[in-house]
Amino acid sequence: MSNKVKILINNMSVEIDNDLTILEAARLLNIDIPTFCHDDRLNPTGSCRMCVVEVEGARNLMTACSTKVRDGMVVRTNTKNVVETRKGILELMWANHPNECLVCEKSGECKLQDYSYQYNVNPDSIFKPLNSRDFIDNSNEFYTFDSRKCILCGKCVQICSELQMTSAIGFDERGIDTHIKIKQHDDSIDGVIDLYKCVSCGNCVNNCPVGALMPKTKDKYRNWEVDKIKTTCPYCGVGCQFNLVVKDNKVVRVEPVKGGTNDGLLCVKGSFGYKFINHPDRLKQPLIKKDGVFVESTWEEAMDLIVKKINETKAKHGPNAFSGLSSAKCTNEENYLMQKLVRAGFGTNNVDHCARLCHASTVAGLATTLGSGAMTNSISEIGGTDTFLVIGSNTTETHPVIGVMIKQRVKKGAKLIVADPRKIELANMANVHLQIKPGTNVALANGLMNVIYNEGLYDKEFINKNTNNLEDLLEVIKEYTPEKAAEICGVSKEDIVKAARLYASADRAAIYYAMGITQHSSGTNHVKSMANLALMTGNVGKESTGINPLRGQNNVQGACDMGALPDVLPGYQKVFDDAVAKKYEKAWGVSLSREVGHTLPIMMNEASSQDIKFMYIMGENPVVSDPDTNHIKKALTNLDFLVVQDIFLTQTAEFADVVLPAASYAEKDGTFTNTERRVQRIRKAVTIKGNARSDWEILSELLTRLGLEANYNNAEDIFKEMASLTPIYAGLDYDRIDDNGMQWPCPTSNHPGTKYLYKDGFTKLGKAIFTPIEHLGPQELPDSEYPLILTTGRTLYHFHTKTMTDRVEGLKATVPDNFIQVSPDTAKQYQLKHNEFITVSSRRGSSVAKVQITDTIDDGVVFMPFHFADGANMLTNPALDDICNIPEFKVCAVKVNKC
Amino acid sequence: MTVESFEGNNFYEDDRMKEIYTNEKFKVLDECIEKNKLKPGPLMPTLQDAQRIFGCVSEEIQEYISKALNESYSKISGVVSFYTMFSTKPRGKHIVGVCTGTACYVKGSQKLVDKVCEILKTPYGQTTKDGLFTIAPTRCLGDCGKAPVVMIDEDQYGHVTVDQIEKILKKYK
Repeated sequence: MSNKVKILINNMSVEIDNDLTILEAARLLNIDIPTFCHDDRLNPTGSCRMCVVEVEGARNLMTACSTKVRDGMVVRTNTKNVVETRKGILELMWANHPNECLVCEKSGECKLQDYSYQYNVNPDSIFKPLNSRDFIDNSNEFYTFDSRKCILCGKCVQICSELQMTSAIGFDERGIDTHIKIKQHDDSIDGVIDLYKCVSCGNCVNNCPVGALMPKTKDKYRNWEVDKIKTTCPYCGVGCQFNLVVKDNKVVRVEPVKGGTNDGLLCVKGSFGYKFINHPDRLKQPLIKKDGVFVESTWEEAMDLIVKKINETKAKHGPNAFSGLSSAKCTNEENYLMQKLVRAGFGTNNVDHCARLCHASTVAGLATTLGSGAMTNSISEIGGTDTFLVIGSNTTETHPVIGVMIKQRVKKGAKLIVADPRKIELANMANVHLQIKPGTNVALANGLMNVIYNEGLYDKEFINKNTNNLEDLLEVIKEYTPEKAAEICGVSKEDIVKAARLYASADRAAIYYAMGITQHSSGTNHVKSMANLALMTGNVGKESTGINPLRGQNNVQGACDMGALPDVLPGYQKVFDDAVAKKYEKAWGVSLSREVGHTLPIMMNEASSQDIKFMYIMGENPVVSDPDTNHIKKALTNLDFLVVQDIFLTQTAEFADVVLPAASYAEKDGTFTNTERRVQRIRKAVTIKGNARSDWEILSELLTRLGLEANYNNAEDIFKEMASLTPIYAGLDYDRIDDNGMQWPCPTSNHPGTKYLYKDGFTKLGKAIFTPIEHLGPQELPDSEYPLILTTGRTLYHFHTKTMTDRVEGLKATVPDNFIQVSPDTAKQYQLKHNEFITVSSRRGSSVAKVQITDTIDDGVVFMPFHFADGANMLTNPALDDICNIPEFKVCAVKVNKC
Repeated sequence: MTVESFEGNNFYEDDRMKEIYTNEKFKVLDECIEKNKLKPGPLMPTLQDAQRIFGCVSEEIQEYISKALNESYSKISGVVSFYTMFSTKPRGKHIVGVCTGTACYVKGSQKLVDKVCEILKTPYGQTTKDGLFTIAPTRCLGDCGKAPVVMIDEDQYGHVTVDQIEKILKKYK
């Protein structure tokens, strides 16, 4: 318990909690105390000594950052002794620091420079000893470390071990020879992520007080010449906040924002993945395919052609010959317009986007069991969770900042259960790692529930009050004894029992899952199994517990919220609900179809069979992202007319008749909704390249040309229209979300947003529903011809189909080639060598990949990332989940051959 | 003789590395690790074991220990480079340490260092070609009353003069 104490700083009195430090007390009084190594998020070490102050009665000067206040303490921060001591410290630092401010990129933001100026350090008066630290580590793709400029404050060491939890940075040697050493990533030995090796997150670089750790860049800029524009990261669903640092209309750096979702942390893509914005491959002019070749055209010509084709197709084949793919990478406003274009402009509900391929089963599975298909809790609630069950999510690579937060929490004592076919980074610190066979999640969940029920660890009160249908579930799970579940999953019975007890006995247990659960031909059932598990233990509707699907892309939550789905209008309002449809008909001034549209895989089938004639794709790349690439290519070829709107000429755009150049996230305004349902702003930082236009501008013009009202002056106008028609967003506006975003549902303008769902029970459904589910297993299993199980996933260094990350030099260089992970024994069996290229084939196609031998994967199972064109999705099985049509990306049978 | 003249003189490292990384040795290390894991703070004893078994704690061995103990490489490297009792390169059969602590230095230990380097034809901090001696940088040995002090393996020699050095070294040849 903290008590109030009264202290005196520079004769000013302040009453504060006794668990604060002198530094924090001084800051409350706006008294500036200089620091190098201090950071609010770190344990204070007092190692740089710069914050020394005089405390009455103390023998020596005290470090303000690490000294707690005491009642009656008298502190002076500006006495002669203090000032001279600080000057002395600076002089000692300067003695080992090269005099290169003239050409140092840090100049202007360098604390050593600023304080030296403030404390009158004379640059010439100091004896410069022979510096023993004189190496420059250039080996990382993204940053350099210059030991000569390092002041050994140790901030980077602490950030790497306490915040990023990678511990790749340390002090080497001792005395005058002490220096920072960074253990760099290298893939010569095993897996992509090596523990305790640099993951290039850049968090040390972003916090170095001097110019020792600097991002690699070719841009020349001075820190006083730049503007900083706060925006949201365009990569994964965490929704990190950062500033784009801009000089002369060009983004030259990214700088994290403290507070907010990510609290100043970023991953390698966030810190360094911005360079695609200015890549020369950016589309700058509309393209029209003439005689098989793309020819640059004017907007007028391209738009005329598109409208002409729309009208022709509509007249000839009716509205159901149309389909549109919206984009989880575009803003909410643009997704809203895209579904408006398809619904009001084309007259069909054939609109979908790639959420179909990642979390369609979540949306279907959670909406029917709990009421809403989204993360129940907030990212910040990770800090209060006692036990994590991370299943089917390689969190540290796919959602790096959430991964880091889970690691921080586990380090502080929370328990961790990891269920994954690979020994992922989190498994290394798990209390139990269940290395299950791909596709056996249901058997595992049933086994866990069997133990939980039989040992009486379930939450009787919660179940009685909040749920229906327990009896049916019990009927099924009684068959799944730990022995049986262990056999199906290929893990030990003891581990299942241990995991069940850990999960069920925790006060606040939370499930975190991703595509290991969803991407199966029975994906919806896998999701429902997770819901069963959470409901049985009462771990829903409370802070820091819940069931948390981690959404993959920056705005995949938003694209779903905006109704870029074939069955729902914005806010998950059913298209066949007459009252809802009428509301939209009134607002948009057209009549709307009540018929549920086709899902993405069915659209592709229909295109392949020429039932769909016209497709409009915004910011998606199905040729790489969808299963069975050959099938997709055939479908796109069979279309009468294909429009692709993107920032690069993607593999999909190659098939288009018209390609429209769009704006990147840095060139437009709007909002993204991250995985925790937080609606956050993106802001225009630079102007658009060439003749490209924002997606919303393109769509507005098209809507207008089709005779619909679309007089939007800016993105905010669209947001207003959307919010007025979408109850869960109704209380949001640009002013309210300006600072830190807000979480839906937010039905009214005085509603504070919703931190976690189901606080007041399952009001949408009345009661949550237990669903009895049998283990089904994948549709394609290994046999004598295709003896290996292929599972797919992501790597830290790439995003989705690499459209952006492939245009960032460092990311491309770090993971340049498609790879396949195999266990040492499997490698031996097929005589595979590390780093050699081999051919991997399935019944549908084949792909070339570089062998990576690693002990993180089971024998008989192989792993490939899905980012590469002509990679994993040449092989994957397009078998669909009956309920939500998600394809079975996670399991198929393959064989390997030498090239 | 200057240190610079020996720079890049890794003649002997490569040949001996093959002898160093034998499976038997790693087996012995594994046994030590299993035992050490039961103690609080298993890193230090494991590094001492590794130094004893391999004669060095090279980067490769550090990585091996990092995996086995689930301890960060940067911390291991920090410990190894901090203590002079560990070396990252294989050391000779005998370790010659001329104390360069304050008292010994005042009593002229630098001359002893120079003499040792001259006799063994090896720069300070390195190992003789035949693998017999390593001239280990050595800080205060805590026996300042006998300064300057020379230590060879476990044997300590006090009040050593430049003339005596050759005789002392001969005992170990």
